[in-house]
Amino acid sequence: MDGMKLEYDVSSEDFSSAGEASSSIKKVLRQLGIESAIIRRVAIATYEAEINVAIHSEGGKINVSIMPESIEIIARDRGPGIADVELAMKKGYSTASSAVRELGFGAGMGLPNMKKCCDDFYLTSELGVFTEVKMIIQM
Amino acid sequence: MLISDLIKLVECEVLCGENKLDQKLEHAFGSDLMSDVLAYVEEETLLLTGLTNLQVIRTAEMLDLKAILFVRGKKPSQDVIELASENDIVLMTTNHTMYVTSGILYGQGLKGLSV
Repeated sequence: MDGMKLEYDVSSEDFSSAGEASSSIKKVLRQLGIESAIIRRVAIATYEAEINVAIHSEGGKINVSIMPESIEIIARDRGPGIADVELAMKKGYSTASSAVRELGFGAGMGLPNMKKCCDDFYLTSELGVFTEVKMIIQM
Repeated sequence: MLISDLIKLVECEVLCGENKLDQKLEHAFGSDLMSDVLAYVEEETLLLTGLTNLQVIRTAEMLDLKAILFVRGKKPSQDVIELASENDIVLMTTNHTMYVTSGILYGQGLKGLSV
């Protein structure tokens, strides 16, 4: 079964609409009657991913597939890519600007938080081209 | 404690959610780092912060937080208050500092979290 699919655009550096996609996704899951512990993990993972796309990239998309046994979230942007993926995953490491830090982000916890929330986590990137985070949460 | 109890303890002004003050809070977490909030906070936790931007409300929404207390007399703009109201989040402000607010509430039994 293909499942229900949702897709959202995320704009670069748009900090007033950042979070709208995650909020919509959360509302859909609630309407579907999904267990609240699962909704919470999806909400945190997608919100962190959405904020990362807004903060660090030239814009991108979030795609969610809701299947009977799992929820898959893919956040893919149009660059600039991550030079050192292992370093990016380290708690406390951040390349965020001071403007972003003033908003309360850029503490270097986003990727570790995403990984903690999901059962399977994949981060791929090509410098100058894209970054993609794929997360699977089992129901 | 109930939200209505804490309002008296730290002399808050309620910015929205006046009809939701009978909810119970077990813990509190004071931070301006939203990713730390996302990493450690669960429901029934009061968020104490000096940040008043929209993303504070989004963070609270993701975690199903019931209430946010702004310290140092900080007050968010109307669009932030409206977003909180749409999401049934009580917003309050106190003139106390983060440290004093935390001390008062901790002393009255509102527990902290471990990381």
